[in-house]
Amino acid sequence: MSESDDDLRALYQDLILDHSKKPHNFHAIAQADCEAVGHNPLCGDKLVLYLTVSDDSTIAEASFQGDGCAISVASASLMTDMLRGKTATQARALWAYFQSLTMGTAPPDGVADLDPDAVDRLQALAGVGRYPMRVKCATLAWRTLEAALDPASAKKVGTE
Amino acid sequence: MAETELNVAHDFPALAQKVHGHRLAYLDSGASAQKPRCVIDAMSRFYETDYANIHRGVHELSMRATQAYDAARESVRSFLNAAYADEIVFTRGATESLNLVAASWGRTFLKAGDEVVLTQLEHHANIVPWQMLRQEKGIVLRVVPIQANGDVLIEDVRAALNDKTKLVSVAHVSNALGTVLPVEELIAAVHARGIPVLLDGAQAVSHRAVDVQALDVDFYVFSGHKLYGPTGIGVLYGKRALLKSMPPYQGGGDMIASVTFEETLYQEPPSRFEAGTPAIAEAVGLKAAIDYVQGIGFKKIAAHEAALLAEGTARLAAIDGVRLIGTAPKKSGILSFVVNGIHPHDLGTILDGYGVAIRAGHHCAQPAMEALGLVATARVSFGIYNTSADIDALVAALLKAKELMG
Repeated sequence: MSESDDDLRALYQDLILDHSKKPHNFHAIAQADCEAVGHNPLCGDKLVLYLTVSDDSTIAEASFQGDGCAISVASASLMTDMLRGKTATQARALWAYFQSLTMGTAPPDGVADLDPDAVDRLQALAGVGRYPMRVKCATLAWRTLEAALDPASAKKVGTE
Repeated sequence: MAETELNVAHDFPALAQKVHGHRLAYLDSGASAQKPRCVIDAMSRFYETDYANIHRGVHELSMRATQAYDAARESVRSFLNAAYADEIVFTRGATESLNLVAASWGRTFLKAGDEVVLTQLEHHANIVPWQMLRQEKGIVLRVVPIQANGDVLIEDVRAALNDKTKLVSVAHVSNALGTVLPVEELIAAVHARGIPVLLDGAQAVSHRAVDVQALDVDFYVFSGHKLYGPTGIGVLYGKRALLKSMPPYQGGGDMIASVTFEETLYQEPPSRFEAGTPAIAEAVGLKAAIDYVQGIGFKKIAAHEAALLAEGTARLAAIDGVRLIGTAPKKSGILSFVVNGIHPHDLGTILDGYGVAIRAGHHCAQPAMEALGLVATARVSFGIYNTSADIDALVAALLKAKELMG
């Protein structure tokens, strides 16, 4: 195995390939409380994110649809899995952590308070840090989430 | 090595490197071409010995710089076989040339309801400036459809013309699909109705000899950086009478005959369209690139690239799961393709891991992608320095990608 093989294998590890081939939560939600569209201008990929909000203002269901590369689809699949039961604040904190992971910068304060299982699963995408051109693919779903969590959305995901 | 094969990679310093531990196979010349040593040297030498601002000083260096800039214009004139050097306007690139025509000629001569004809395979640079004009003036954009193989049919162009058509602005060669448009027939058909034609030659001039007088084309645009020249310089060719009829594009120094606060008199073309200090060293570099390409000759270049295209087409088509996109009968050295189960973006990353540089995406031609029911493709585009060894590397890396993404 050459260095390239190892690097590429780290990027396209089995968990990522599994999620990209059989993405979880890959469907529209007709009665979504929040909906946002994300574009990756580099390749023209498009992602639509759907959220429903429970009575306790946490995310009840998250799903997505669209075209995308393995990295962006796997990232959206992982993200929608881990959003269930989270408040907007918790979701944004995970996004801040993931951003630092992909950019290779110091993690934000409060990592210890994050859902450890989610943090653990996000490590599968850490390899994208070695491919700066692909960070946008990995973060497309999360940037779309940020738009969906916009306070102007019809039904807000609670922040507490 | 095939008889037609050129062997010029050693002229290009950037190609001598390894990328991720592998020999670099640069197959992205359609996005931008690498630069030969002679272009890099010509620009360095100019900065080291002859650099000053042009058209201003009476001193020695300003005179030398002005002469070098004028020589570059003459070189482009000869390259396109334009009748006069004043028909050559230097711009920042093909994109600015198109914007210049839309803003200056379009704003002056087009009114609400007038029609500009484009094709479905245009680069965004030949779409967006016209949309901006549509927003401002209420012109109508009429789009000639493409065939499933990426071809543009002359009868479809004819069908798009009517009494309101004021310009036909189309690519000479498609950047996304490699289609060579039937420009001779097209110009004849459009001129028969008294309508001018603009050709976007960004993907053409590095691959084939272009003779604007033989074509009788009204406007022709291209970029220096795709012709093995520097970035930041491009060309607008316009027939003399057309350019003379057009108002300035930008205001500033070098484009005026005299200025008072009451009135400013503009220079004649091309200076009228070159406000401010231009890209002088880049013009020198462009001349060096033209000299280099002409030194090899388009006969050899075309034969070499046709051989690469034929070999690349056959070898990609032979790989299970690969589908070629854009198979028009007349094509330039561009191979767009998709691979079953592998998104072009992932393919681009994996190929890069093996030193193979390709483009992945919509190629700034989203309407063309949409017409073919695609979001993105992988694209290989050949330059004069590519050889069969690059195709070997491409095929080997593609097989690796299929294995990895299995």
